[in-house]
Order: sequence, then C-alpha cells, then structure tokens
Amino acid sequence: MGVVYVDNREIEISDDSRLNCIEAARLAGAEIPHYCWHPGLSVVASCRMCLIEAGSRDAETGKISMIPKLVPACQTPAKDGTVIVTESEKVRESRARVEEALLIDHPIDCPICDKAGECLLQDYHFEHGQPERRADIKPFTSRKREMGPTVTLFVDRCVMCSRCVRFTREVSGTAELMVVNRGAKEEIDVFPGHPLANKLSGNVVDLCPVGALGDRDFLYQQRVWFLKREENVCGGCSAGCSIFTEHNQDTVYRLKPRENPQVNSWWICDEGRYGWHHIHDPSRLVDAVRRGEDGETVTEWSDVVGRLREDLAAAVGGGRLAVAVSPMLTVEEAWMLCSVAREIDPRALLAVGWVPVVGEDETFPSGFTIRAEKCPNRVGVEHVVACFDSQLPRWGELLEAIESGNCSAAWITAAYPPAGGKPATQAAAWIDEATAAAFDRLREHDRSCLVVQDLFDSPLAARADWQLPAAGFAERAGSWVNIGQRAHSFAQAIRPPAGVWPEGRLLWNMLGRRGLYDPQAIRREVAAASAALAALADEIPPTGIDLRLRQLAGSP
Amino acid sequence: MGMAKFEPVLMEAVGAAEGHTLESYRSRGGYAALERLLAESQPAEVVEMVKSSGLRGRGGAGFMTGVKWGFLPKDHPGPIYFCVNADESEPGTFNNRFLMEDDPHQVLEGTIISCYATRATTAYIYLRYEYPRSLERLQAAIDEAYAAGYLGGDIKGSGFSLDIYLHRGAAAYICGEETGLIESIEGKRAWPRIKPPFPAIEGVFRKPTVVNNVETVACVAQIARRGVDWFRSIGVPADPENPRDPGSYGPKLYCLSGHVEKPGCYEAPLGITLRELIDDYGGGVWKGRRAKAAIPGGISMGLATEAEFDIPLDFKGPGSVGCMGLGTAAVVVLDETVSIVDYLHNSCRFFAHESCGQCTPCREGTSWSLRILERIRAGKGRLKDLEILLEMGSTMGMMPGSTICGLADGAAWPIKNAITKFRGEFEDYIKRTNPEGWMVTEAVPALEIVGAH
Repeated sequence: MGVVYVDNREIEISDDSRLNCIEAARLAGAEIPHYCWHPGLSVVASCRMCLIEAGSRDAETGKISMIPKLVPACQTPAKDGTVIVTESEKVRESRARVEEALLIDHPIDCPICDKAGECLLQDYHFEHGQPERRADIKPFTSRKREMGPTVTLFVDRCVMCSRCVRFTREVSGTAELMVVNRGAKEEIDVFPGHPLANKLSGNVVDLCPVGALGDRDFLYQQRVWFLKREENVCGGCSAGCSIFTEHNQDTVYRLKPRENPQVNSWWICDEGRYGWHHIHDPSRLVDAVRRGEDGETVTEWSDVVGRLREDLAAAVGGGRLAVAVSPMLTVEEAWMLCSVAREIDPRALLAVGWVPVVGEDETFPSGFTIRAEKCPNRVGVEHVVACFDSQLPRWGELLEAIESGNCSAAWITAAYPPAGGKPATQAAAWIDEATAAAFDRLREHDRSCLVVQDLFDSPLAARADWQLPAAGFAERAGSWVNIGQRAHSFAQAIRPPAGVWPEGRLLWNMLGRRGLYDPQAIRREVAAASAALAALADEIPPTGIDLRLRQLAGSP
Repeated sequence: MGMAKFEPVLMEAVGAAEGHTLESYRSRGGYAALERLLAESQPAEVVEMVKSSGLRGRGGAGFMTGVKWGFLPKDHPGPIYFCVNADESEPGTFNNRFLMEDDPHQVLEGTIISCYATRATTAYIYLRYEYPRSLERLQAAIDEAYAAGYLGGDIKGSGFSLDIYLHRGAAAYICGEETGLIESIEGKRAWPRIKPPFPAIEGVFRKPTVVNNVETVACVAQIARRGVDWFRSIGVPADPENPRDPGSYGPKLYCLSGHVEKPGCYEAPLGITLRELIDDYGGGVWKGRRAKAAIPGGISMGLATEAEFDIPLDFKGPGSVGCMGLGTAAVVVLDETVSIVDYLHNSCRFFAHESCGQCTPCREGTSWSLRILERIRAGKGRLKDLEILLEMGSTMGMMPGSTICGLADGAAWPIKNAITKFRGEFEDYIKRTNPEGWMVTEAVPALEIVGAH
C-alpha cells in the first residue's frame, strides 16, 4: 500500500494501481479538469488543462519537496508519497489561461450546438474560466464537413484534444482520422476518399469533449438537458454491452456506452448504437389480435390474460403445446413463459427460440468484440429452459415437432429487431414463408392454437390465432446473460407504444401474480431453481455479475 | 583576443576547392583518428574522452554531450540509434550548412566516432529540406565513405558496423526538436513526445537513441583528432566557485547576420564578446550606423541591447542579460533604424507559423500574440495588449510547465524580453499610432491576419 496526498487529504493506493494524478485525485474527491486524457487512450498531455502542482513527501523525514513547475496530472504517476495540489492559485490561473486560449478560436455557438449542456468546454469555463473575454472578437463561423456516414465535424469548435484521432488508431485500428495543418490552423480531417466509416465510429462523438464531432443520427433531435438516461444493456448482440438509453417522453433519442471494464470498456459499436430505431417504427405490431371464425378481434389486454390461457388449454389434448422461448426475452420472462406453458400443458415442449447469427465475431485491436450472435440472452434462456428440460431442445427440434404433427398448439415468442435496422416487411421477416407453412400442420388437429408474439408482421404472425405485440429492448425489465456468462439486470427505460403489455407483464398476470410485474421476485425463484443462475439471487451491480464465480464459490 | 590568433579548425575546409571530397579530408588528417580509436580504444573510453573534453551540445540547449551518451542503458542488446540533427532552422542559424556543404566528411567522421562510442549501428542524419546542396554533398560523402570502408560492415577490420541513412525533412521547424525529429524519422507527424521516457531510453522506434547536432559531432571528430587538452585549451573554463558550471570549452561557429558590414559564419573560441564578434569579425554595424540590439543565439533567445554587447558569447553570458541563453550562437544585429515592434511582430509570426499545435498554450498563444502584434502595427494597439503579451511571455513554455517542448519557450522569450527592455518604445508606438484607443481595455474586434500561413 502507498499513501498519496491530495490537497492535504490522504488516500491509500495499492502498489500496483498504476494511477495517474487525475485518477488518484478523483479517489480523494478532487476533480482535475482535463480534455485530452481518457482512460481508454494513450496519454499525450497536450491540452494542458490538467496542470497541477506535484511533489513528493519523504517517508522518513516527512519533508515535502515540490516540482518547481506545473506538471500535467495525466502524465504524472501517483506513487507512494506523491503530493498533489489541485487548487493552488498557480493551478487556478493556469486553468483559466487554458480555457481562455481554447475560447480564442471557438465560435461560442452554444445555442445551436448539440453538445451544449454536456460540453466540457462550457462546464470548465463556468468553473475555471476567466470572467471576461480579453482576446479579440472574431466574427462567428461554424464551418462543418462530414467525416463519414455517422459523424459531422464542426471544425471551429474543436479544441484539438486528439482523442478521436487516437481512438481510430488505438481502439478501432482503422486510423481514418488525422490532424492536418499546423498551429492554430490545425484541423481534424480524413483523407479524401477514406471517410470515417468503421464499425465503432460513433464512439468518437462520445469521446469529443466539445461539440466538434456531431452524431448525424442525433444531430438537432433533442437538447440534451431534456434527456433522461436509464442504465441499460444493448440487445444488439450477445456481447451485452452496458449502455445508457437516453430518452424523453417514451421516445429513445440515442444510446450511449456505459463504462464496464468487464464487457465493453468505454465503447459500443455502431450497430448497437444506431440499432434502436425499429422500436419507434410505425409498422410495429401494437394490438393484441385474436383471429377466429368471427374474424379479427382486437382484444383488451386485461381480457388477453384469461382468453389466451383458455384457447391454449382447449387446443392441447389432441397434441402437445410447443413453446419457442426467444433469446430476446429476459431470464425472468423466459422463466414465467416456461412456467405458464407447463401449467397449461405439463408435457409442453419448451425450446430455445431461433438464434439469429450474422457472419463471425469481429474483434478490434483494443479487444472490443462485436458478436455474430445477434441476440442478447441466448445463454440466459438456455439456463432457464434447462431447468425444465435437461435435453435443452432448440428451434430446430421445435420445428421438427411441429412438422411431425404431434403438436396442436404453439406459442412462438420472437421480438427480433429487423435485420439491418430497416423497417420490417413481411418479406424481410426473420422467418420465411416455407418455414412458417410448417405451422399449418397444427390445424390438422380438431382444436389448435398458434400464438405469435413479435415486434413486426411476418409470415408466421399472419397465420397466428393470437397475434400479440412484443416489447422492444428498452421496454423490457429483467436480466440478460451475455455470451461470457455475465448477467446484467435493468429496468424498463421507456413504456411500449399504445398500451402494449411487455411479455413480462402479460406472463406475470397469466401466472396469477398480484400487483405489478416484479422481476426481482422472479429472479429469486429462478436463482433457487437453477444452479447456473444462482447468482441472480444477489444484488446485481450495474456492471453485471459473472455467473461462473458464484458457481465456483458454491461448489463443494 | 583577435581573429588573427585563432586558426579555424572546424571550418578549415570551408571555402577550399574540393574540400568536400574524401581525398581532401584525408589529406588534412581526416579519418586517421577514427581508425586509431577503432583499433585502440573501447567505446567506453571514447565516451570518457568526450566527457572529459567538456563538450556541450551545439544545437541550442548546451547539454554535456558525454553525459547525454551516458544516459543510454548499460549493456543494452540493441539496436541503439544515433541521430544527427541537421534540421538547422532556428532563424539566423547557418553554421551546420557550412560544415555539411564544405566538409561533410568531418561530420561523417564525428558521427562514426559517436556511434562507436554509443554502440549505435544505425545512424540517421535528419536534414533540413531547404539544404539541397547539403543533401547532395552529404550523400556523395556517405557513398565515398562506404566505398572506402569507413561505413558498412566491419569497419576497417574492427568488427564495428555502421549504416548511415540521410533523411530529408519536409521543412518544419518543429522537426528540429529532439523528439519531434524522432517522430518524423518514424514517419509520423512531428509532434514532440512527452518525457519521460527520454530518448536515451526510448527514442527512434522506441529504442535507445542519441540525438546530436551537426556541429557537436564535428567537434567530436576534432577532439578525437587533436585531443581533450587541445579542446579544453579553448574557450571559457568552468567557474571553480560553482561546481554546477561545466564551462564553455572549444571553438564555436558563430553565425553573424543582420545589419553588419560582413555577415558570415565565423569560428572563434567560445567566450568572445558580442561586440568583438560584431566589430572584429563582422566589420561593425553597416552603413556607419549604431546598433540598437542583437539577437545573441537565434530568434528564441531574445535581444541584448547595445549597452549589453560586452557579454561573452559562451553558455553563461547571454543569460546574464535576460536572454534565454547562447542558443545556436546565431547573432543577428539590429541597427538603430529597426522598430522593435516590427522585430517582435516578425518573431511572433515565425512561431505562430511553426507551432506544431499540440499544446494549447503554445498553439493558441503564438497565434494570439501574432494577432495582437498585427493589430498594434495596424494602429489599433492598446497598452493593455502589452500586459497580455507579457503574461503570455511568462507563462508559455516548458519552463513554466505549460507545454511539452521548448518551442513555446522560444516564442515566449522574445516577447517578454523585448517588452521588458523596450517598453517605452512599444508604449510610444501604441500611443502615437492609436491616439483614440490606446487606453481601451475591453475586447476589441479582431483584424484579419495577413502573412502567417
């Protein structure tokens, strides 16, 4: 252990902590302002905003010797005996000068800048800046140009921290961005014909401490102070990156990565970042529709609970009930679905639903990986299904059972986002006409029932006796288990459109539970029933919990 | 001390016909020292020789060359790289050019000896873009040296091998900064590196590296040829009262330009006075005028006023009158007609143009100072501008800690030096040219700058 002295406070650090003075000061509750430093990038120490006074204390004599000049906190390691002064007159003057210098060439176009409200230049100016402008006043300009399909550069707002440049060199490994020109004429740019077009490009917008890099998807959509953020998990692939869903009035405006050293560090991929638009697609299914001899009936949700169970119960007898448990569902929803199904038909075939896979896993130089498996909870659903059927049937076996004619009822949960994020059409649905046609065999029984719960219309949904809308990823509450056996829990970020009941709420009611759907109560039941999911009994931290650790700890 | 007493050593071949050839160099005793050292001395002994000579780097900072070599890690498996900084671009400086054009083999011999001492087997000569003749002469000399067995594998049967690559820069001042040069050799934008690690530990391609100036390696060649005692007999000895003073030994190439009768590159012992250089070597101020001031060692160093011309041009002298130091010993004389406002404007324009733009205080400060000087010269100056300039002059740079490299110190020093020494002239100029607005203190509209970029 070592001791670091921060503004007369003492903090203990471990010998292998390898902290810089910014991090050490933060542990002591002192915020050292900085632009160019980012924990996920190399240190360049060029913005000079983090200049502090530093020195060292001799352990034996207690004598403190300070470095006579200011030093960058980002570049100065905090070791045993390091003394950090973050609030001296000299430091304050230096910060004010850096703020003043950065504003000399800045357009100060905050009223039309997307970053206003979450801008470090703004925040630091209020906290550390000079009260009045001394530099000559230049006419207002706000030149901009596209860096690529996702990002716009507002040239004059840039403070040349070079975070974005380092990101493309060190994290994405694509190196599209560079600094051109010299001195105060410097600008960020790309080579002609080589736009910023990598699969992690959106991260440069998060990294940008000012409004220089604008996210074209979010640009001018919403002032950031209207946004509320919910800790969430990306449903785009089985990596399960930690994200914030940022929304206002039940509308998502953007997703932002949430730091999680165990999963995604500080980053998310563009596929995930921009993969939320489908949940506001006007073609989404929003009505609970029952199709019978009297045609289509839009059914009240409170009536669905009873009538769905009746219809399914009436259909089983001649054949089995087959249930596809979608890997888009949460662990809790999967557990309730299996429980309801076994109540209706104790012989019910419970199978892991269709697992979308696109291409192969893609790993970037930083280790960040985009998974080929485009669903968030295949692992969690498998653990749940295994509790009910150790054979762990999958989608293929379910299809075989349907084709064999042994089934008279089927409940297919789906909720798959449309491939490529395009508005869904029946033709582009996750299930094709030929596969869906197999479900016609249900009708060979005297009484049959096909329940399809999905976000969009499909050849299968068109055949359903019960066509139920599904919830989008931000509309669910519960837990997902990523491909690395890491479980995350999250609350509902926004409400689904048009009064749609998310799967959790419907199943909770079908199980006859009282009150509001309580994922934690279900989680405790699941944890008690499944050794693999035992860790869910614990409080799950925002960065998730590794299921295997609990299993190891619990094993004899 | 007069010029007649000192026979040029480093510049022996300057002006001589065919002095740049191997034949000429050998006829003057060239490469004999190298062959002797390779045969008789261990690298450590060569390091010791340079250390005991008291040689200090000629590129500007004046750091002890032998000590710098001593920072290399001991018993490093290699590779160790040696770089010759030939990116001579401090305004007023042209001595390296004389050496490279007229006596390139002296530079090469010094480089080879330095590489032998530092165990470097690859050397890069980073050459300023604007020196086409140096490029031609150096490359021809390198080719001759390879052919004669002074370069390549197993030099003269010693087992020591060395390759030298001549790397031409692309004309940026910052490439002369030690770590900017290293980045540039690696093919990157010449943004100086943060230290530590210092180049001796991690330099070119993240390997231990020494960077020395052209004149420094030429001195190494002469120390090897003529001996440590010869070198220490020239210049200003260390102050026995001050253990931290390493002295100023050896000959120095002074670049004299500006308003003198005979501008040129003159070799003299370290420690001749500014006045001796101007009057004895340069034939005095031109056109019978009086001098107003002189830059003692490249534009970064600031000004010495005429009254201060008796300072010795050694590593301590210029610092005693508020200049940054000896720098590159490039003396530029300003006669009495020169406006100090114009001088400072020129200086600010240079640094605004050459700031690499990495560190905020330098990138914005050099540009802001130029804007202010542009406005003062346009008759819109205010006394407040002098306060702002002085604040920039005292807070911008590596010394106060606000930048990574010394370029900002070089930009800041002339500002604070000129305004301190010539404040009256600045104030008179501002009041005379802006009688309506010289007292204004609030921010004013910016003018379009012309001339930089």
